[in-house]
Amino acid sequence: MATDAPPPRAGTDAGAVQPTTEAFVEVQQSAQFGELRRTYRSFAFPLTVGFTVWYLLYVLLSNYAGGFMGTKVFGNVNVALVFGLAQFATTFLIAWLYSRHAAAKLDPKAEAIRSRMAAESRMEAGA
Amino acid sequence: MTDTLHQLAASGDATLHLGASSATSEHRGLIISLFAAFVIATLFITVWAGRQTKDAADFYAGGRQFTGFQNGLAISGDYMSAASFLGIAGAIALYGYDGFLYSIGFLVAWLVALLLVAEPLRNSGRFTMGDVLAYRMRQRPVRTAAGTSTIVVSIFYLLAQMAGAGVLVSLLLGITSDGGKIAIVALVGVLMILYVTIGGMKGTTWVQMVKAVLLIAGTLLITFLVLWKFDFNVSQLLGTAAERSGRGAQFLEPGLKYGVDGMTKLDFLSLGIALVLGTAGLPHILIRFYTVPTAQAARKSVNWAIGIIGAFYLMTIALGFGAAALVGPEEIKASNPAGNTAAPLLALHVGGVDSAGGAILLAVISAVAFATILAVVAGLTLASSSSFAHDIYANVIRKGQADEKEEVRAARWATVFIGVVSIALGAMARDLNVAGLVALAFAVAASANLPTILYSLFWKRFTTRGALWSIYGGLTASVTLVLFSPVVSGKASSMFPDADFAWFPLSNPGIISIPLGFLLGWLGSLLSKDEPDTGKYAELEVKSLTGIGAH
Repeated sequence: MATDAPPPRAGTDAGAVQPTTEAFVEVQQSAQFGELRRTYRSFAFPLTVGFTVWYLLYVLLSNYAGGFMGTKVFGNVNVALVFGLAQFATTFLIAWLYSRHAAAKLDPKAEAIRSRMAAESRMEAGA
Repeated sequence: MTDTLHQLAASGDATLHLGASSATSEHRGLIISLFAAFVIATLFITVWAGRQTKDAADFYAGGRQFTGFQNGLAISGDYMSAASFLGIAGAIALYGYDGFLYSIGFLVAWLVALLLVAEPLRNSGRFTMGDVLAYRMRQRPVRTAAGTSTIVVSIFYLLAQMAGAGVLVSLLLGITSDGGKIAIVALVGVLMILYVTIGGMKGTTWVQMVKAVLLIAGTLLITFLVLWKFDFNVSQLLGTAAERSGRGAQFLEPGLKYGVDGMTKLDFLSLGIALVLGTAGLPHILIRFYTVPTAQAARKSVNWAIGIIGAFYLMTIALGFGAAALVGPEEIKASNPAGNTAAPLLALHVGGVDSAGGAILLAVISAVAFATILAVVAGLTLASSSSFAHDIYANVIRKGQADEKEEVRAARWATVFIGVVSIALGAMARDLNVAGLVALAFAVAASANLPTILYSLFWKRFTTRGALWSIYGGLTASVTLVLFSPVVSGKASSMFPDADFAWFPLSNPGIISIPLGFLLGWLGSLLSKDEPDTGKYAELEVKSLTGIGAH
């Protein structure tokens, strides 16, 4: 089992490509990365505000609008139950929307930047 | 007239309760055998996983080779504690709609993890929350703060689970002696030490997956049987539950638990905010994102977790209202005033009281509840010992000079130490009401960890001082407010009911401590003397969004 000088293990934790700080700064200021950041933030941030407000609205209605929430919709099912189930539905829906957005818009952009950086840092390393 | 009927019903239920508890003790053997089978199976898995644990990435992150689905299952197993399973079903059975209202925050919270935290964390960190928080900052102070906060959150959560295990077992097996309860706490502690020291993250992940499958299968079975009794007519189930609760239509409306007065309403608002913002700051959840190879797999695992956890909470509606309709509040309260045995009692009733079917279902559900506790405590222990070894031992005490072997050895010793401490604390706390500690763990996670994570990832002017202020400020504020709240003293339901030093009226500090955590992080950064490290922020931002150079 014991060898004199263990070779660096490829594909393990330490084996990933590590570009220089200057390369990271350059990419961070590039238009390509700016677009990735904008595509991510302009989707994730408003959506986060949206579901937080919707959840708070639900909690506040439950707290302070008991009469409205108790209105019967059909049978023994009231507005409160429908709103509660709607929280489940919107959670599933938002998770699906975000994943679709990420797969279609974010992953290809991230992949393009990643492979460009990997190629550049390999070239600089002279490999 | 109504009162007489009520009393009649109550006396009828009292006889039923005697029947139920004798069934419990008669079938103790069955419950213990099922539980023993789970323990033996999980120990086998642990030994197997231990043999494949070679380096630090195996121990801390399970080799990063789990699939999105596997990790989604494990996240569900890590998250759905006994408090969710027994507590929410019990709360619905006793307070109707408000129990359901409580469960929703736990689900919506996952969107914060999905949209803002899971992928950037997976891309830029290595083993712990501290990796991301300290990335741009001066290592030693920020690692110390991240480690402190991780250990505090995990120990609070752990203590609630350990003490809960003692209570649960005494209820389900009829063990009431002090020695018996201490033995149960010690057994849970020893098992979690074995899972984590031998199996590391791989073993813990498999234990959590097995538990999630058992929990979902058990819940699905009882849900099906309950709905079947009502011909799959949910409206009829709700109607019967409302009628039998003695509260009528009120039982199906918000207010019975959280709407008593202005203070309980404010308290629930505070709890709701802490639940939604706390989940994405719980260290034992965050380290699960490192067990998958890529950010896409981390995204997939959160999606699976949302699906599984959502389905589970939907089923607790049937469980809770089913228990109210088929068991009735008198019997549930007689067994445990907080309603924690509603789900096992429901299993007994849908299977048939005094029948073999009922006994088997009761045993199955009880064994699932034990399995639930074991999987959650293992995850919590791993999170705190990882953070001790990786953040505090390797990066603060040894200043980054420890090699992987020394680090993993430190993690194993930390596991033993944390395990022994929590056995001791859990044994001492066995008769205290520590359920409030779970809410406290969420509040600390939302006040100290989440602001620091979000600022680190998204705000370029964030500095070391800002990070220290938000972590220590959020942590101190939430712990102090709870210390002087009715959770700890001043009420019959407090941890120390005989003392009274409570001046903060709310049980949940989030509404104050969360904005404070965010405010302090911002203020600390503005008042910093040193400039933010723009180069390091470029590294962190590009890594977090693209995954270049990810471990």
